[in-house]
Amino acid sequence: MWQRLRGHQGRNLWFLVFVAPFFVGLTIFVYVPVVWSAYLSFFEARNTIKPTRFVGLENYSYLLHDKLFLNSLAVFVVFAAFIVPLTYVCSLALALLLDNVRWGQAFFRSVFFIPASVSYVVAAIVWRLAFFNNARFGLLNSLIRASGGESVSWLGGGNGLYWVALVSVRLWLQVGFYMILLIAGLQRIPQDTYEAAALDGATGWRKLRYITLPQLRPTSVAVIMLLLINAFQAFDEFYNMLGSIGSYPPYARPPLVHLYLISFGGGQQNLGVGGAGTMILAAIIVCFSLAQNWVLGREERRERKALR
Amino acid sequence: MKATSILRYALLVVLSAFFLLPFYVIVRNAFSTQAHITSPRWQWLPNVHDLSNLTSLLANDSIGIGRAIVNSAATAALQTALTVVVSLMAGYALARWRHRLARVLLGLTVFTLMVPASMTFVPMFIMTAQFGWVDTYRGIVIPAAFSAFATYLFRQFFLDFPVELEDAALVDGCSPWGVFWRIVVPNSTGIIAAVGTIVLMGAWNAFLWPSLVGRDESRTLQVALSQFMTSQGVRLPELFMGTLITVVPMLIVFLFLQRYLVRGFTTSGLR
Repeated sequence: MWQRLRGHQGRNLWFLVFVAPFFVGLTIFVYVPVVWSAYLSFFEARNTIKPTRFVGLENYSYLLHDKLFLNSLAVFVVFAAFIVPLTYVCSLALALLLDNVRWGQAFFRSVFFIPASVSYVVAAIVWRLAFFNNARFGLLNSLIRASGGESVSWLGGGNGLYWVALVSVRLWLQVGFYMILLIAGLQRIPQDTYEAAALDGATGWRKLRYITLPQLRPTSVAVIMLLLINAFQAFDEFYNMLGSIGSYPPYARPPLVHLYLISFGGGQQNLGVGGAGTMILAAIIVCFSLAQNWVLGREERRERKALR
Repeated sequence: MKATSILRYALLVVLSAFFLLPFYVIVRNAFSTQAHITSPRWQWLPNVHDLSNLTSLLANDSIGIGRAIVNSAATAALQTALTVVVSLMAGYALARWRHRLARVLLGLTVFTLMVPASMTFVPMFIMTAQFGWVDTYRGIVIPAAFSAFATYLFRQFFLDFPVELEDAALVDGCSPWGVFWRIVVPNSTGIIAAVGTIVLMGAWNAFLWPSLVGRDESRTLQVALSQFMTSQGVRLPELFMGTLITVVPMLIVFLFLQRYLVRGFTTSGLR
C-alpha cells in the first residue's frame, strides 16, 4: 500500500513536494476565505469578521433590492458597452497599421505598448488633474476655451462626460497589450491564404473581411472575453478619478467599488453583506468564463467537423 | 503605394504623440511650479530647471515618499520571488505528473483562473486580518502571491519542454528535486523572465490590495500617491514628481524586458 502511494522511486512523494507550497497557499489565502465568506454571507457581521446573527438569505435579498448595487451592475454594462468594442477596434487597427510597416516597426510597437507599464493610479492622476480637470487649467478645458467655448465639468457628474475620461484612460492603458495579442494572432494566419486571395484579385477591405477577420476569430473571441472580464473588475481608475478621502459619488460606481464601499467604507462595514456581494459577483464572472469556454469549444468542434 | 506609405507613417507619428503625451505631462508638471501648472493658459514647457520639487517632495512628511519607495520595492521584489518559485514548482509538477491527484489539482487551478484575485478581496482581507498581518509586508505579499495564472503559464511551457533531458539525468541517479533545479530551471530562464516581469509589474502597480492592507508603515507608492492626491492642500509639483518616481522604474523594466513580456503575454491564455 505504502509502496503504491510512494510510487516508483518515490515519484508521487516528489509530486507532493513540488505542488504543496502552491496549493497550501491557495487553500489558506483563497479557498478557505472564500468558503468562510460564503458562510458569513448568511449572517449579520457588522464591524466583525465573526457571524453574529443568522439572517438566512437576507443579505442577498438586501443586495438584490439595493438600488446602488443594481446601479453598479448597470454601470458595468455601460462601461463594457463603450470600452470593449472601442478597445477591440483600436487595438486591431493598430495591429493592422503596424502589420507591413518596414521601417521603425519595433519602435512604434513599443510606443503603443509602453502605457502597459503604468499603473491605473498614475494614469488616473494624470487624467484627473491634468487632462480632465474641471478647473480652467485642465488641458481639455484650456483647448475648449482657446477655441472660444466654455469650461466643462468633466468629472463632476450631472452629465455623462465622466465616461469620456474613464473610457479614454483605460483605452490608453490597455490598447497596446491587446494590440500585441492581435499581432500574435495575425502572425498565425498562413501567408499563402493571402497569396491565394491576391491571385483572385482580393484587396484591402475584401481581404480584411473575408480572410483576416475569419482567420482571427479565435483570438478575437479570447480578446473580447478578456476585455469583458477586466472591465468587470474595474476599480483603480474609478476610485482614483472620482473618489476623495472616504467618500465616493453615487454615480459611476462599478461593482467592485460598490463592494469595497459596503465592506470597508464609511460607517457600516458589514462583512456579511460583503460576503454576499462577493458570491454574487464571483458567480457572474464564472458565468462569463464558462461562456467563453463554450464559445471557443464550439468553434473547435465546428473546425474539427469541417476537417472531417 | 508611395503615398499610402507616407500617410501611414504620418498617422503613426500622430498616434505616437498622443500615446506619449501623458508621459510628457508628468515630466512637465514634475518640473513646474504650482502657479505654472494651474495657469489658465496651458503651458507646454516646464519652468523649474532644477530638482527643487524633488527635494521638497522628499521633505514632505505627509506623503512619506522615501518610505513608500522602500515599501514598494521590497513588496514587489518579495512577491515576484515568491510567486515565481512557488508557481514554477507547481507548474512543472502539473505538466509532468499525470495521476488522478495531478488531474484534480490541474482542474482546480483552471477553475481558480476563472475567478480573478481582485474579486475575492473581502474574504482575503478577513483572513489576513485574522492572522494579524494588516500593515505588514507579509500581509501585502503572501496572500497575493499564489497566482493560478503564473502556475498555468509555467505548466503550458513545461508541456513542450523536452523530457529526454530530464530522463538522462534521472538515469544518472539524480533525484527529481535535483533534476528540477539543475536541469529544468537553468533551461527555462526565458519563461521565468517572462512570468517574473508580468508579476513584478502587477505587484508594483497594484492598488486595491495594498490600499486595504498597507495602511501606514507599509504604505506603497501607489497608495501614498492616491492618498496624497486627495489630501487637503496637495501640491501638484510634488505629486507629479512622486508620479514620475513611480513610473520610471517600471519603464526601465519594460524597455529591458519587453521581449519577455511579449512572449509571456502571447503564450498566456490565448493558445
